[in-house]
Amino acid sequence: MTVTALPDTTPPKRGWYKRNEIAVTPWLFLAPAILFFAVYVIIPIFQSFSISLYDWDGLGEAEFVGLGNYVELMDDSAFEVSLWNNLKWLLFYLLAIPAGLFIALFLNQTVTGIRIYKSLFFFPFVLSQVVVGLVFAWFYLPNEGLLSNMLGWFGFEPINVLGDPTLATYGIIAAGLWPQTAYCMILYLTGLNAVDPEQVEAARLDGAKGWKMLWYVIIPQLKPATFIAFVVTIIGALRSFDLISIMTNGGPFGQTRVLSFYMFEKALSEYGFRMGYGAAIAVVLFLIMLVFIAYFLWSMYQEDKGAR
Amino acid sequence: MRSTLKASALALAAAFAAPAAFAETLSGDLKIFLDTSNPAPRATMEAMIERFGEKHPDLNIETTVIDREAYKTQIRNFLTADAPDVATWYAANRMRPYVEAGLFEDVSDLWMEPEIAENLASTKGAMTIDGKQWGVPYTYYQWGIYYRKDIYEELGLSEPTNWDEMKSNCQAIVDSGRACYTIGSKFLWTAGGWFDYLNLRTNGFDFHMDLAAGNVAWTDDRVRQTFANWRELIDMGAFVENHQNYSWQEALPFMVNGEAAAYLMGNFAVAPLREAGLSDDQLDFYQFPAINPDVELAEDAPTDTFHIPANAANKDAAREFLRFVVSAEEQTEINNGANLGQLPVNASASIDDDKFLNEGFAMLSSNSPGGVAQFFDRDFPAEMAAEAMQGLQEFMVFPDNLNDILNRLEKVRARVYK
Repeated sequence: MTVTALPDTTPPKRGWYKRNEIAVTPWLFLAPAILFFAVYVIIPIFQSFSISLYDWDGLGEAEFVGLGNYVELMDDSAFEVSLWNNLKWLLFYLLAIPAGLFIALFLNQTVTGIRIYKSLFFFPFVLSQVVVGLVFAWFYLPNEGLLSNMLGWFGFEPINVLGDPTLATYGIIAAGLWPQTAYCMILYLTGLNAVDPEQVEAARLDGAKGWKMLWYVIIPQLKPATFIAFVVTIIGALRSFDLISIMTNGGPFGQTRVLSFYMFEKALSEYGFRMGYGAAIAVVLFLIMLVFIAYFLWSMYQEDKGAR
Repeated sequence: MRSTLKASALALAAAFAAPAAFAETLSGDLKIFLDTSNPAPRATMEAMIERFGEKHPDLNIETTVIDREAYKTQIRNFLTADAPDVATWYAANRMRPYVEAGLFEDVSDLWMEPEIAENLASTKGAMTIDGKQWGVPYTYYQWGIYYRKDIYEELGLSEPTNWDEMKSNCQAIVDSGRACYTIGSKFLWTAGGWFDYLNLRTNGFDFHMDLAAGNVAWTDDRVRQTFANWRELIDMGAFVENHQNYSWQEALPFMVNGEAAAYLMGNFAVAPLREAGLSDDQLDFYQFPAINPDVELAEDAPTDTFHIPANAANKDAAREFLRFVVSAEEQTEINNGANLGQLPVNASASIDDDKFLNEGFAMLSSNSPGGVAQFFDRDFPAEMAAEAMQGLQEFMVFPDNLNDILNRLEKVRARVYK
């Protein structure tokens, strides 16, 4: 049995990687990101779902309770308060977008020192939320605070914004609007740079000015900036936590809690030993976020399609 | 850090010089986690550990000081994942979750030793769960009413001994344009102190503990009586306004400025009040007066503790450290006015000559026949305490919501103690 040695006619054998280079390389580049996204985002989402079905103090044995935690949530007045507060945040935090737009329009001119004014307006966004919270907490102080003093000039009684359960949430949102408006302003300022001067010129020839000019010519061109401002503001509203923690610690008697804060209190804080219940709150918060995430993804997809 | 270095240097020196000299010495590493992050307690603890290190030169001691508030949430992680050999914590129900999860070592053997059994008997109850002891105390402090003596003298008032005097004093203070009591209830627990005392004085120690153990309904008439007494003070205008905005420290200036005449607080309030400029002629202390003459006086005296985590690596050294901490000598040293400024747990230790410590010690040892409670959030289970303290704050601001609050707490009780 001899094997005749045939001349090797096939081209030099290439490695598996070489043959699949085009298909594999993108995945190689994506791999680290996918890995970390899976480990730190995707898997924890499912873990939260599964923990929310247990009664667990974070230390001992977990006891399966099915949807028990969710049933309890239905009838938990503190949860209801947090949910409403989340809605208030979503709604009123959006005021940052028009406010940011108007400040941007106001600052979008060439005057000596405009850069300084712009940076001064942008300043609050650079501050840490904790600092913003502290400053506003002092501003709101019932007797010594600036707000009470200012009300005094006009002959009004001082009000205790953060100590009043009906006003406190609005007081915190107002504090949050300060840096958020600055953020939206920056987005619009860059957006305004991209507005086509020829279109403005053409509109002017057609006699458009003032509100009409703004509404029909400028704002449509600012659509990408508006979209981003909307996204960051919604996310900011749902993530509101530090301001609440600093300014009222959820109080007075839990009236300023939002879902994220309530989750922290129930599961992770000094007295919180209910991991399952906290996870159930987190799942509800996630589902609310999912609505917005789906909308954002959908509109980005639409844009992508339009671009092709 | 310094103590670690020194200890390891000593250990090294000992290892080279005379390896056989210390036949029964402890060796290896001893990891100690502390929550005493304030400057004075921190220095006290580090000095104490240094003294321990000098006694046991072969031991490599590693001390970690964690911020007091952060410690409360981190303890879960480090007890399960990367346990030290010794850790600070609090007595009574506050340690229950960790005891039940099997994360604290049973140290009943230490409590059998005569040295500890005889001298620490008074705090044994607070360290006991299921008939076993789970750690040792290292300090405790009295609660009571700290008041502005000069204001009382100005108005011709004396320390009240019963409820009627307390109220008439308060009326006189309110009439003079001040508040009787300052309080900052932003972080809730201060309201727990008021409830503790009002309930202990109205219904007594045993009832209070029954309530903490979940055996009594929050809607019980006796609990309502406590709130009715409280309401008398609230309606009188006894408390500073807007207290829901302030932390306990932020409520101090009212007393310092003379806008409020007294503060129901733990002895730790004395240091900042003195620092703010109140002399011992202006500042004084009295025991919370009796309300119901039929119940024996009982006090709050929170105890801070050392524990050995179940997952500790060097339990022999840890036990030796616990013995060292509770020894009469160390107790005298660390609790003196220059250090913690609190009460020693060892009966043979001597108390520093400080007006407030002496009064507190006399009160706790001879005038608290009803018993000694820990504190609201240490006697009640965590979840019940959190909900209840929030209700107490609400009650202080809107006393009319009482029914609603009690019904809510009753619902929580039904779930927490199943």
